[in-house]
Amino acid sequence: MAHGTTINPAATANCTTVFDLERSVVTHRRWLTVMACLLCASAAVVIGSLRFGAESISYTDTVNIFLLWLRNGSAKLESTEPNFMILMYVRLPRIVLAFMVGGCLATVGVGLQALLRNPLADPYVLGISSGAALGAALAMLLGVGVTAMAVSSLPLFAFIGGLLSIGIVYRIAVSYGHLPVHTLLLAGVVLNAVFSALIMFITSIMDPNRSFGMMSWLMGTLLAPDYPALGALAVYVGVGTAVLASQSTALNILTLGEESARSLGVEVERLKKTIFVTAALLTGAVVSVSGLIGFVGMVIPHAVRLFVGPDHRLLLPASALVGGMFLVIADALARTLLAPSEIPVGVVTALAGGPIFLYLLTRRKGGLAS
Amino acid sequence: MTPKPPAYCIKELGYRYGTRRHETGRPGAWSLRNMSFEVRDGEILGLLGPNGSGKTSLLKLLGKIMRPETGSIELFGSDVTGMVQDVVARLVAFVPQEQQQIFPFSIMETVLMGRFPHRARGRFGTFGWEGETDLRMAQDAMKDMDVLHLADRSIHDVSSGERQRAIIARALAQQPRVLLLDEPTAFLDLNHQVEICRILRKLNDERGLAVVLVSHDLNMASQYCDRIMLMENGRLFRIGTPDDVITPDALHAVYRCDVLVDRHPGSGLPRVTLPGRQMTRHS
Repeated sequence: MAHGTTINPAATANCTTVFDLERSVVTHRRWLTVMACLLCASAAVVIGSLRFGAESISYTDTVNIFLLWLRNGSAKLESTEPNFMILMYVRLPRIVLAFMVGGCLATVGVGLQALLRNPLADPYVLGISSGAALGAALAMLLGVGVTAMAVSSLPLFAFIGGLLSIGIVYRIAVSYGHLPVHTLLLAGVVLNAVFSALIMFITSIMDPNRSFGMMSWLMGTLLAPDYPALGALAVYVGVGTAVLASQSTALNILTLGEESARSLGVEVERLKKTIFVTAALLTGAVVSVSGLIGFVGMVIPHAVRLFVGPDHRLLLPASALVGGMFLVIADALARTLLAPSEIPVGVVTALAGGPIFLYLLTRRKGGLAS
Repeated sequence: MTPKPPAYCIKELGYRYGTRRHETGRPGAWSLRNMSFEVRDGEILGLLGPNGSGKTSLLKLLGKIMRPETGSIELFGSDVTGMVQDVVARLVAFVPQEQQQIFPFSIMETVLMGRFPHRARGRFGTFGWEGETDLRMAQDAMKDMDVLHLADRSIHDVSSGERQRAIIARALAQQPRVLLLDEPTAFLDLNHQVEICRILRKLNDERGLAVVLVSHDLNMASQYCDRIMLMENGRLFRIGTPDDVITPDALHAVYRCDVLVDRHPGSGLPRVTLPGRQMTRHS
């Protein structure tokens, strides 16, 4: 047998096989099918959730407004149609924001789960979100959270805070060699406690007017952003997700453990650094706009894995879309359940995700990475 | 026949745990000291020795999974330390003693992971799909290891023997020139132990695959290995043919245990029998 002379056609596999290829691996066709379905579902969820909110706007009105907008532009509508303002400057940006935040959190969850080889890893549970929140809170306190040309420096501080906490969690992980699930969660609890205390401290010494705003931000709130801010977030999200997705196959192999990954030709140290930085970047970007929204990063990848399998080439983008949909729906609930007042969306996700997390923890007891 | 250049040429190799940055505390004792030997191309070399004698460490150094502290490892003439990880992975495949897998990949997906070092790194990093060659190689490897019928089963839903065979199939899908195995038969029943040894011997005969395997099974090593290296406390005790190495005095020196060595009735190779109740009186 010839060695080292293999050609690697990038073409999709369509060779005749004695076994069922579709059932054994994620093929190009299955990838396209699943992603197309999810994209349609995402569009449906985004459009469907447009009507929910303090002001009920029927779909007929929505369609009419959009048709008018397409025909006449926005200038005239802004003065004549109040619903246009609500839809275009309040509801739509908020829904898009929710979609990006949810997608981001799910993506980070997938990355962390591969890195720590643990299906319960989540940026919120592990204290990475609170690390990022601490960074952002510190920036707010010191007044360095300046916004220049729509690019806020808050994500940068949140990024540093997130990076710090991922570093600490990972450090704990390696000093135990292979990380048992309970140690990991314990590390998260301690980190969360310490960071929360520091955030409380910062809140307590702040001007009361500002500290109220910060408290509601910490509970996880999606406030309608302006479009430039949304664009800046989209850049963070796009870059981070693309970087992680480009490492999909290597992530698959990393779940075998570092030694096996190395023996299969993965540059493990470089890959780990990539995941660290990307996860911290995405968490920082998300936390700085929406505060602490928990459990999306754990529940969504877990659920998606049950349906599409563990291959990261499909798991990553599918989780991003499902996470986006999940948060859009959670936010629609948060807007409408007690309308006209709102529930922080973090409360909704925690109430939905917490029980699922506990269920998984008890069901998998002993059998999970321990 | 002209002698082939060696697969591995190891000079004054030394290793100790605890010197890497993230490992806390002071460096531990040397787990490998001053090892110099060669692995010939196309041979089956068995690494034997008591627990903690450094067999697994040595195997991981050969696979560039760990870095040596002192000395050098040459793989087909070039220094392993300077080689990129996927270049090593195209030449050497490693089968760990126990493969833990948290996520439910199918057997086919598991075996296809062995194609990773051969995959083209395109515009999309490692995102791309397996090509026809990858699928063919994976299928061939799965046929060799008799796991093709399990292709769509989750790695969690097969027996430990089947899982081990799938992991070896993954290593074969790497198309390596050297195969490193850490106690490949440790969790297998008698039937599968013999089967795996036969397959290794067959691959060795047909493709000239060099095999380095760690084992605790002296008899299996004696029957299936071309040469055997006996290790003691991080040092090379003796290396040579089974006839040279599997002797009562060598085994006593290394394992501190009296054994009976006679000839295998079928192959004529050394056969080791554990001390029986009467043995001390007889010998």
